[in-house]
Amino acid sequence: MTPLASYLLVAALLFSIGLAGALTRRNAILVLIGIELMLNAANLNLIAFWRYGPHPELLTGMMFAIFSIAVAAAEAAVGLGLVIQIHRHAKTTDLDAMNRMKG
Amino acid sequence: MSFVFYILAALTVAGGLAAMLLKNTVHCALALTVAFAGLALLFLNLDAQFAGFAQILVYIGAVAILVVFAILLTRGSETPRDGVFSRTWLAGLLIAAGVFAVLGWAVIGSVRVLPHETAVPTVTVLQIGNALVSRYVLPLEIVAVLLTAAMIGAVIVAMHEKEGQK
Amino acid sequence: MDQVFVLLRLWLVSFLPAAWQPVIGALLSVVAIVCLFPALFALTTVFERKGLARIQNRLGPNRVGPFGLLQPIADGIKSLTKEDIVPLSADAAVHFLAPVLLVVAVFMGFAVLPMGRNMILVDMDAGLLFYFAMSASTELAVFMAGWSSRNKYSLLGAMRAVAQMISYEVPLLLSSVVVVMMTGSLSLTKIVAAQSGFTRGLPHWFIFTPWGFAGFVMYAIATTAETNRSPFDLPEGESELVAGYHTEYSGFKFALFFLGEYLAMFSISGLGATLFLGGWSAPFSFLTWIPSWIWFFSKLMLSIFVFIWMRGTLPRLRQDQLMNFAWKFVLPLCLLNLMVAGLWRFMGDGWLRWVICSVILIGAYTALGWGEMRRGKIGPRSYRYAE
Repeated sequence: MTPLASYLLVAALLFSIGLAGALTRRNAILVLIGIELMLNAANLNLIAFWRYGPHPELLTGMMFAIFSIAVAAAEAAVGLGLVIQIHRHAKTTDLDAMNRMKG
Repeated sequence: MSFVFYILAALTVAGGLAAMLLKNTVHCALALTVAFAGLALLFLNLDAQFAGFAQILVYIGAVAILVVFAILLTRGSETPRDGVFSRTWLAGLLIAAGVFAVLGWAVIGSVRVLPHETAVPTVTVLQIGNALVSRYVLPLEIVAVLLTAAMIGAVIVAMHEKEGQK
Repeated sequence: MDQVFVLLRLWLVSFLPAAWQPVIGALLSVVAIVCLFPALFALTTVFERKGLARIQNRLGPNRVGPFGLLQPIADGIKSLTKEDIVPLSADAAVHFLAPVLLVVAVFMGFAVLPMGRNMILVDMDAGLLFYFAMSASTELAVFMAGWSSRNKYSLLGAMRAVAQMISYEVPLLLSSVVVVMMTGSLSLTKIVAAQSGFTRGLPHWFIFTPWGFAGFVMYAIATTAETNRSPFDLPEGESELVAGYHTEYSGFKFALFFLGEYLAMFSISGLGATLFLGGWSAPFSFLTWIPSWIWFFSKLMLSIFVFIWMRGTLPRLRQDQLMNFAWKFVLPLCLLNLMVAGLWRFMGDGWLRWVICSVILIGAYTALGWGEMRRGKIGPRSYRYAE
């Protein structure tokens, strides 16, 4: 198995672990943690393809990964701000309890 | 494959698993930090030094701290009454397993056509800087606007509402 | 004389087969760093106590050894033999790992400091970024220490410390980015090399330019805040919070926190000397015969002396005062400094650029200072007596 295939498998594994966590955990913050894991797995994929693909001197994969890191940080900030505000309103972060649109 | 890669991959996957399986939320956040560190080391193994150090600086230095602050501010460290997994956990697990099966099949099935080892690309920070202001200047400016908007938005969303008239 | 340590290492390594030489050479440098800086830390603790004591009109420790110089040995024996108390409800794994993570992250920062000509452990292309990445990892260790103790005072101290460190991280990075912009490289050896010429007797250090001076002042403020030193030491103020985030630590773990804090101070002063004070280069061209590592360490000890002096002189800032200061005063000045540095670069040589850049910086400083002072109305002092 080529080195690229090993990296892609690790990224796929990390992605599915993050997806499983985001779909099964109750706490809203843990869902956000799962989403961060998924974004990181995608970054690993990008860097692996940049390293082993043709034309690494074009820096496409590395640039994409750097922008993805910046956007993921911004999204984590806004998401966590939302979770904090929901907690203030509903006094809980349990996603199973928040199954109504009525406040 | 090299020994170093196996250790780093095991560390990262173990961190990810712990982040999703542990009961205590703060322990999950710290396991996530271990996963971030493992990923940064994997980036360094792939000769992407700038991305690896940026990963440590942004993710471990900022996002992990943001997550633990949010856990503290929402009293997440108390264990909930009904357990930590939601009622529909089996469906989620099956979906994730299905996604991994499809991705794994795609990777293993295409091993023959994947590119092989190339020479180590020498990437200097000067090249990254040049690329950022020549070829990628539009994404750079858009990300700057996005970060400003996200900062203002996060402050407004998480601000205490004023009592009385708004 | 200048290269005595480099030649010593090469001679020691030449006894080994060629395959092992780079690894053992690097290992020898690591051992040297790990032995030297804690020894310097021991010396600094006694200097700090004596220095603070003299500022406060008393003698410092003077019982152990001549002039109290062997005090660190007594302190070391005390911390090693104290009982290691872990609270029953504390989170044992995180409580143990917090000081370990702190000390590891701080030691990693020493790997990119150029301590003399050819005396850098790893010459990385993105060396400055590596240093800041390691410095950002220490914040998480502080939080882990505060949270795992299950103590309200520790948690409060940890949250304050992390908020302070994050707030001052931005001015720290921005004042270093000015130097990177003018040098064109993140590699610390190139930054030192860019400051190595002499013009009419004065060196080319960045502190002798308007943007460099402003950058150095803001870097100094940001480093005092990052390392939780007075006047920014509210997280560990004894009168407010017992001992802040290291309340529940005793014995060797507390010594590790203490070591981590002082080593962080050393490495960040070393970075400041590299970025603004010319690293290992001599101040005057007739003094270049003194070895480069002596210059680096004297600049480092000078910065430490200024830290101790500030601690003994300035009163402590309140949490909201220091956050206000970071976000409303230092950060706008840092951004303005970036623009002034760009203006400096494109104005060409001559006296005009000195005048214009200095005027812009001093004007902005006074304007922002007036804006901040006007907020708190300071009226005449009034006294109320008990009836």
